[in-house]
Amino acid sequence: MIQISINGAAREFAESLSVSQLIVELELTGKRIAIERNGEIVPKSEHASTQLLDGDVLEMVVAVGGG
Amino acid sequence: MNDVFQIAGKTYQSRLIVGTGKYKDFAQTRAAVDESGAEIVTVAIRRVNIGQDASQPSLLDALPPSQYTYLPNTAGCYNAEDAVRTLRLARELLDGHKLVKLEVLGDPNTLYPNVRETLKAAETLVKDGFDVMVYTSDDPIIAKELEQIGCCAIMPLASLIGSGMGILNPWNLRLIIDSANVPVLIDAGVGTASDAAVAMELGCDGILMNTAIAGAQDPIRMARAMKLAVQAGRDAFLAGRVPRKLYSADPSSPTSGLIAAK
Repeated sequence: MIQISINGAAREFAESLSVSQLIVELELTGKRIAIERNGEIVPKSEHASTQLLDGDVLEMVVAVGGG
Repeated sequence: MNDVFQIAGKTYQSRLIVGTGKYKDFAQTRAAVDESGAEIVTVAIRRVNIGQDASQPSLLDALPPSQYTYLPNTAGCYNAEDAVRTLRLARELLDGHKLVKLEVLGDPNTLYPNVRETLKAAETLVKDGFDVMVYTSDDPIIAKELEQIGCCAIMPLASLIGSGMGILNPWNLRLIIDSANVPVLIDAGVGTASDAAVAMELGCDGILMNTAIAGAQDPIRMARAMKLAVQAGRDAFLAGRVPRKLYSADPSSPTSGLIAAK
């Protein structure tokens, strides 16, 4: 069991997973999002190869209406 | 007529940039943006709402980035670090997109810019390869500093964000415009079409607005009004206004050939 903070909320997963797997898990496949892990951006090209660890802090953002 | 509007090396037909916040729904957002004729649209960067219906449309569906130039902003950021972090995320989100709107706020009540943090963020972002359009106060000295840092456009406020108070200090804006070597756009404070026309008549290169359109009773109609006002104001600026004659009139009709008085 690992615990990851996503956008300020703690979430638990049965085992370690990659960023790509997390995107599938959160039903965000195909959505245009950007991800920061422990303060560092994870480029799209590295989603599959970036393995998430217990205690990681993620920020996942999207473009919304604003001025 | 050769009247080119360029930002960061790209040419645009419209001098009106619109925000995408505060609309009823994405359909209205799209309709207003289309009616405004804007080619550049401002967007905010926010946390994904985890757990929402994945089939819900997003802003990017309503306004495809292939059709509009996106201008991600840093609204809600109160220091340089948060602003830079937000725009780096925006760059990743938009596949390396470099054109951004930097705004660093100083106070939640006035949303007045924090100039010190704005300068700091601008330096970092320019060094990092961003094309920075920067929201700032209407201080000509700061505007020049931001230009010297390398910002691609200076965007002084006309009045407070969302206030609709119009142009409170045309004289400062004119000082900024007269000394600038980069485009100067009004950002914030426009309330109605005449404000937009006045800003353009002053010589602004463009205007950025959101609330004035989205908050109108008929946003689509106001979007059209703003498009026309920006065009009219620009034409009036280029045409060159007549000088003001204080305390004396000047008849338009001939003064000779009048019929004889009885």
